[in-house]
Amino acid sequence: MTEPNNGNGPEVPAEGGLAAELAHMTEAELIEHEAEVAEVVAPDREIAVEVGETLLDIDNLTMRFGGLTALDSVSFGIRRGEILGLIGPNGAGKTTCFNAMTGVYRPTSGQVLLEGKPLGKLAKHNITRRGIARTFQNIRLFGEMTALENVVVGTDARHKTSVMGALVRSPRHFREEKEAIERAMALLDFVGIVDRAADKAKNLPYGYQRRLEIARALATEPKLLCLDEPAAGFNPIEKEDLMGLIRKIRDDGYTVLLIEHDMKLVMGVTDRIVVLEFGKKIADGAPSEIRENPSVIAAYLGVPDDDIA
Amino acid sequence: MTTTTTKTTTSGRRSLSEWWNTLNRPQQWAILIPLVVFIYALPVLNPPILTTEPGYDFPIAMFEVARYALIAIGLNVVVGQAGLLDLGYVGFFAVGAYVAALFTSPDSMLTKLPFLAVLPIAMAITMVFGVILGSPTLRLRGDYLAIVTLGFGEIVRLLADNLEPLRGNQGFQQVGHPPGTNADGSAIFNNTDGTPWYWLTVTIIILVLMLVGNLERSRVGRSWVAIRDDEDAASIMGVNTFKFKIWAFVIGAAIGGLSGALYAGQLAFVNNQKFDVVTSILFLAAVILGGSGNKVGVILGAIIVAYIPARFLGIAEYRFLIFGLALIVLMIFRPQGLLGARQRLLTYGRQAYQRLLGKGEQISKDAPVATDKNGGQ
Ligand SMILES: Nc1ncnc2c1ncn2[C@@H]1O[C@H](COP(=O)(O)OP(=O)(O)OP(=O)(O)O)[C@@H](O)[C@H]1O
Ligand SMILES: [Mg+2]
Repeated sequence: MTEPNNGNGPEVPAEGGLAAELAHMTEAELIEHEAEVAEVVAPDREIAVEVGETLLDIDNLTMRFGGLTALDSVSFGIRRGEILGLIGPNGAGKTTCFNAMTGVYRPTSGQVLLEGKPLGKLAKHNITRRGIARTFQNIRLFGEMTALENVVVGTDARHKTSVMGALVRSPRHFREEKEAIERAMALLDFVGIVDRAADKAKNLPYGYQRRLEIARALATEPKLLCLDEPAAGFNPIEKEDLMGLIRKIRDDGYTVLLIEHDMKLVMGVTDRIVVLEFGKKIADGAPSEIRENPSVIAAYLGVPDDDIA
Repeated sequence: MTTTTTKTTTSGRRSLSEWWNTLNRPQQWAILIPLVVFIYALPVLNPPILTTEPGYDFPIAMFEVARYALIAIGLNVVVGQAGLLDLGYVGFFAVGAYVAALFTSPDSMLTKLPFLAVLPIAMAITMVFGVILGSPTLRLRGDYLAIVTLGFGEIVRLLADNLEPLRGNQGFQQVGHPPGTNADGSAIFNNTDGTPWYWLTVTIIILVLMLVGNLERSRVGRSWVAIRDDEDAASIMGVNTFKFKIWAFVIGAAIGGLSGALYAGQLAFVNNQKFDVVTSILFLAAVILGGSGNKVGVILGAIIVAYIPARFLGIAEYRFLIFGLALIVLMIFRPQGLLGARQRLLTYGRQAYQRLLGKGEQISKDAPVATDKNGGQ
């Protein structure tokens, strides 16, 4: 994909700016810089990077829209520190699964448990505070805000300043504002778009917008990060970069649930894959198993199961 | 992805606020202080080009302008910042005016209180009205909210018409005013001299602007703008949308109530006139005309809406026609209003952007510290 350029010519960043510094760093400096950034991005780095106990449990989740069953008794678990792929043909119910997990839809039946506790009827913002963050298949940034402000909104999920505190500028307000900017800047750096931190989100190139959504979601300090087709519309090189970013996010201690159509990307980055078709889970296993699974092949090639079995 | 160095460069001419941001703090003060002094001095200077036609006292006209500016700032919190279309704002204004009357006029049976003490009471009571109206209705969106708030404005007006203790058309005489007497023993704040009222209102505007600015550059302002831009995305990013919508409504209501109380005090009289839907629309016109979401913009809008009919009495009668046409033309050519929405949402934004982009010399036009001296294409 070539990023839409908005008709703006390239321009060299101002001397002395962070963006300029980054552009001039040597390999070794860059690695050190990245480590520093990662430190700020993931406050709880001691979280095991090895796959651990179950973090999220999807238990017999069913979602009906009128006569249409978008999710049909789907169950699977996500373990701490893992990158789980959620794949399936168009309309299989992947996004619906995200929506049911994040409180956008109330499941018709079944439940979602985070760390063993059911999310129940929690409001969307409270689910976020419990530790699930997501991006959107159709980018939904706050267009009139700068990239930095978008990410700071994410950090606000953890802030405790009251309206009165903000009105009179309490010490906590100043402390939280300062920390929020530090963290937001680090996150923009982490996803690789810090050079455009001051631009309105709606004016950013497409690839930057996708990455900004990831940074904003990470800003809420989630336990589980859900990415809905983050590489949609990317060219192979950008996809490769994104795979690197997703791994980096996991290595920082986050757990990732990834919806993606590109098989190469999914196979290359995930530890485990769940396959949906017509709202039903048809397979669940390691990428190598999924690749060989006849019903998955059938689902993707549109061949009825019987013909293969 | 490699770090690209592509940047949005400013297209065309620089806006006022971009120019403003090229200035450093001392330079900004060097402009602000004389400007504020000039604003305070206006009714005394009575500049010939600005003065109103005979038959309309200039200081009174200036008070009217200031009152509209205060209203526009309050309504802008609701409409411009949080994006909640409120067509019944006059309802809050009316509540403020009646509270002032009820606690200060001899026509009221309630205990009398000093006028200045009544101002916070008027705000508190309108805030309660804001919660009462907001809690059930803020779950609605867009058009529905507009219709319900329109209904609220009408209900308040009808109550003023029909509730016995509110005295209908007869109204309340001798509404209170702030203390102080001139050398000759007459009250400083009286209903023929607009100047003290203007000074009081301008002072309140400056205070309100600072407080609203504090909110804007905090998680509160960010939540409002997030809700305005995409309410669902906001809640999924952890914003308690309902809570912050109520707060926008309540803060807007408080400012509306405050201006209502000032209005009642200056006029020294309150009855059931002047609180109709058309007045609500006029308030909203000030906000939209000047630039919804831009504090300077809405003040500009308020000046236009309040000053022009006072300056050109000949056209005052046709003001709704003229503002209506102006709005239509504006919506075609400049839908964002005279000054487009613009907000600073970070307490330390200026420092952050400057650190990011060197001395802040070449920043895209979006940047809240946009400078771009040799930008443009
Ligand atoms: N709010 C809704 N109302 C009615 N039907 C819906 C709703 N949301 C989703 N659906 C239906 O549910 C089914 C699953 O949709 P979903 O968006 O979850 O698919 P998906 O797996 O994300 O597909 P894609 O790969 O195209 O994004 C589709 O048939 C869709 O039309
Ligand atoms: Mg989808």
